[in-house]
Amino acid sequence: MSDWYRDLANSGVGATLVRQLGLPRPAVLRRYEPGAPLLTGPAVVGTAGEGRLQKTLTRVLEDAGVAVLPAVDADGERLGAVLLDATGVTGPADLAAARDLLAPAIGRLGPSGRVLVLADPPADADSPAQAAARQALEGLVRSIAKELRDGGTANLLLVPGGADASVPGPVRFFLSGRSAYVDGQVVTLTAADVPEDQDELRPLAGKVAVVTGAARGIGAAIARVMARDGAHVVAVDVPPAGQSLAEVANEVGGTAFQLDVTAPDAAERLTAHLRERHGGADVVVHNAGITRDKLLVNMDAARWNPVLAVNLQAQLDTTQALLDSDVLGSGARVVCVSSQSGIAGNRGQTNYAASKAGVIGMVRAWAPAFAERGATINAVAPGFIVTEMTAKMPFGTREIGSRINSLQQGGLPVDVAETIAWLSQPTAAGVNGQVVRVCGQSFLGA
Amino acid sequence: MAPQTRKAAIVGGNRIPFARSNSAYAQASNQDMLTATLDGLVARFGLQGERVGEVVAGAVLKHARDFNLTREAVLGSRLSAATPAYDVQQACGTGLEAAILVANKIALGQVESGIAGGVDTTSDAPLAIHDEMRRVLIALNGARTLQDRLKVLARIRPGMVVPEAPRNAEPRTGLSMGEHQAITAREWQVGREAQDELTVRSHRNLAAAYDRGFFDDLVTPFLGLTRDENLRPDTSVEKLARLAPVFGTGEGATMTAGNSTPLSDGASAVLLASDEWAAAKGLPVLAHLVDAQTAAVDYVHGGEGLLMAPAYAVPVLLARNGLTLQDFDFYEVHEAFASTVLATLKAWEDPGFCKERLGLDAPLGAIDRARLNVNGSSLAAGHPFAATGGRIVASLAKQLHEAGPGKRGLISICAAGGQGVVAILES
Repeated sequence: MSDWYRDLANSGVGATLVRQLGLPRPAVLRRYEPGAPLLTGPAVVGTAGEGRLQKTLTRVLEDAGVAVLPAVDADGERLGAVLLDATGVTGPADLAAARDLLAPAIGRLGPSGRVLVLADPPADADSPAQAAARQALEGLVRSIAKELRDGGTANLLLVPGGADASVPGPVRFFLSGRSAYVDGQVVTLTAADVPEDQDELRPLAGKVAVVTGAARGIGAAIARVMARDGAHVVAVDVPPAGQSLAEVANEVGGTAFQLDVTAPDAAERLTAHLRERHGGADVVVHNAGITRDKLLVNMDAARWNPVLAVNLQAQLDTTQALLDSDVLGSGARVVCVSSQSGIAGNRGQTNYAASKAGVIGMVRAWAPAFAERGATINAVAPGFIVTEMTAKMPFGTREIGSRINSLQQGGLPVDVAETIAWLSQPTAAGVNGQVVRVCGQSFLGA
Repeated sequence: MAPQTRKAAIVGGNRIPFARSNSAYAQASNQDMLTATLDGLVARFGLQGERVGEVVAGAVLKHARDFNLTREAVLGSRLSAATPAYDVQQACGTGLEAAILVANKIALGQVESGIAGGVDTTSDAPLAIHDEMRRVLIALNGARTLQDRLKVLARIRPGMVVPEAPRNAEPRTGLSMGEHQAITAREWQVGREAQDELTVRSHRNLAAAYDRGFFDDLVTPFLGLTRDENLRPDTSVEKLARLAPVFGTGEGATMTAGNSTPLSDGASAVLLASDEWAAAKGLPVLAHLVDAQTAAVDYVHGGEGLLMAPAYAVPVLLARNGLTLQDFDFYEVHEAFASTVLATLKAWEDPGFCKERLGLDAPLGAIDRARLNVNGSSLAAGHPFAATGGRIVASLAKQLHEAGPGKRGLISICAAGGQGVVAILES
C-alpha cells in the first residue's frame, strides 16, 4: 500500500514544498533484503566508562563486513551506525562520554542510520548512582530516537552480567533493515545457550513454523518472511478463510491447516497434526486476532467474549497444550502478537486492549518456564501497521494514526514479520519474556 | 512387471463447497473450479512443484474447448507442469471411476501417487449450435469460391440460430433422470415420507459434520462460499411435506425438489498413493481402496430402473471379497434421489429381486441405517455430477480413519446410462 504523503515529501517539488512549510518529512525506510549488507556505511563503536562489550560489537560488525572506525571523521563517508557500550557506567558523570561519542556521530549518520546503546539493567546496579546512570540511558535513547530523521532509529539493549553471549544476534537485528520500524525500544537480554552463529541467509532452515491467522495481512507477511528465512510454514486460519490461506501456503511452499483456534479440540488437533505431519514444531506464532470495537458502555458479550477467546484464551490454551505435548522441539520459539492498544489502551477497544495486554502478562509469566527448556516466548506489539484494515479507516484518522510516531509513517506488515522472524532465530536465544514494539516509536503508550 | 499388487492408500482429499446452479459459481468454469480444488489439495499436503504420477479427472458437462480439461487444470495449478493427466467420463460415476483408475495404477506399481477428481458446472454449461447450422458452417469452411460460399450461406434458416442446451435426459428414452427414477420409486413403492425422512437425515448429518469440524481438512472455500450452498440444517419432514412433486404424475408422485438433488456446481479431488510414498512424505494413510466393481442395466428394453445398476454391482463385489452386505461399518450410497437409495436398499432386502435379478440364493438383507451416509450425502451437499465420487471417497476415508484401523466402508454410486460404480474402502 502506498504512502502518498511520504512519496510526495520525497519527490523533487514535494520535498521543497514540505521543507518550506515545515511539515514532517517521512523517509523511505531501509528494509531488509536477503544478502543486503548489514549497514550502508561504516560504524563507530565507543564506550562510556570501562565497558566489556566493545570487542564483541567490533567482531559482530567486522564479521558482517562493516568497517569499524575508532572515531567520527567529520569529512568521511556517512555513518551506517554508532554503537555505545555503556556497560561500564558507574554514575551520571560517565554519561558525558556518551554525549561526546553520540553527538558528532549522529550528525554524520546516513539514511536509516542506527544508534544502538548497550548497558546493564538498572535493577542490577551496585549503587543508586549506577542505577541512575543506567536508567538515564533510556531517556537518552528514547530522545535520540525522536530527534533522528531520515529513517534513523535508536534502541537500547540491556545486557545483564553473564548474558554477553546473547548480544550478537540482537545487535545484528537492530542494525539491519529487519528492524526498520522498531524505534525507541528497550530490550533486556538474558543468559542463554546461544549458538555461536547461524546461516544468516536462511536462519530458520529446517525449522517448522506454525503461523496462526496466516490467510492475510500481517499473518501472511509472517508466513512469507518465515519461508524466505528457510522455515517450512504451517499456515493456520479459520476454515472460512481457507481459499486465501491455501494461496498463502502455496506461495510460500508451506502447508495450509484450516482450524478455528477457539474450537474446544483445537489445541489437540493442532498438536496431533504437527506430530503426524511434521514430527513437531520449532516456532509457533500466535498471530490470529480479531476486533469487535465498541465503547464499553455499549459492549455486549457478543463483542467481548470472542475477542478474549481468540486473542488471549486460544494463545494460552494452545501454548499450554504444546508445552504438555512432545511436539515442541528443543530451543522452541513462541512469539505472540500483542498490540499497541494493549500498552496504551484505545478508545472503543476495551476488549481488544484487555486481550492484548493479557498477552504481555502471559509472555512474561511463561518466560522462566520456557528458559528452563532452552526455549523462548516473546511478544511483538505492532503500532500503526498499514493493512487492508487500516485502508478502510476514514482518511483523517488514518493520516493522523500513521504520522504520530518518530518515523512519521505507518509500518508495513513485513516490519512486524521481520521482528517475529528475528525472535525465532537460533541466535535470539537470549531474548525471552520481552515485548518488542514495532511502532516507529509511537507517541501512544510511550 | 510388478509381480504383486498392493492396495492404494487414500491420503486425503479436497473439494470446494458445492454451489447451487447459477449462484456463487455462476461465473466459474470447470477449469477454474478444478484448478482451485487441485491448489487446495496442494496446499493441504505441501505438493507445490510436486510431480505426482498422474492426475485423472473429468466432467460430465464439458465445453468442446475443454478436451484436455484435467491437464489444463494441472498446468494452471501449483503442481509440477510435468505432471501427466487425462480426462475420464462415466456420468455420475466419473469421480469414483477416476479414483479406481488411479488406485489400480498404484496397485500395479505403475505410479506411486496420483490425484483423482471431478468437476461439473450446470451454470457455465456448454451450448451447442443447432446441428443444421453446424453442417452449414462446416460446408462453408470447405467452399472454395465466393459463389459456393453464398450458396452455402443461403441454406441458413431462422430456426437454425437457436442453440441446443444440454439436456438432463437419457438419449434413448427421452425421459429425464427424475422421470426414470419416478418409475423406479413407484415400482418399489418408496413412500413420500420415507424419502423426506432420508432427506432430513442427510441435511442434519452434513450440518453436524460441518459443526464438528469434520470438513476442516476436506473442504477449501471458493469464491466466498464456505459451506455447501444447498445445506438446510433446519429443514424438517413437515417443511419438506409441503413441496409439490416434480417427477412422476398423479397420486403416486412422491419426488420433490426437496428429496431430489438440485443442479449444482463444484469440484473435488482425492490424493492416492502407495503406502511408501505417503510415508516418505510424512503424509497420513486414511484408508485403502480395497476393490471396486461396475455394472450396467438395460433400462431401455430390459425393464430395469435407470439408476439400479449399483444393486447389481455390489453383490459381485461382495462375493469376490468374501463379504456380506452387513460386514461394513459405514455405507455411502449416493443420494441422486432419496428414492434411489431407498429402492436400492429395498432391492437388496427383496428375496424375489435377489433371486431372479441377481441370481442369489438369499437376499443380501438389510443394513444398519445408522451407518448410512453418516456425514450427509448429495441431497444436502448437492451433486455436481463428476465431483460426487471424490467427495465420497475422501469423506469416507476420513470417517474410517477416525473410527480406527480395520474399519470397512462401502461406496455405491449410480450413473446415467444405467450404470453403477461401487467400491470398498478399509482403514
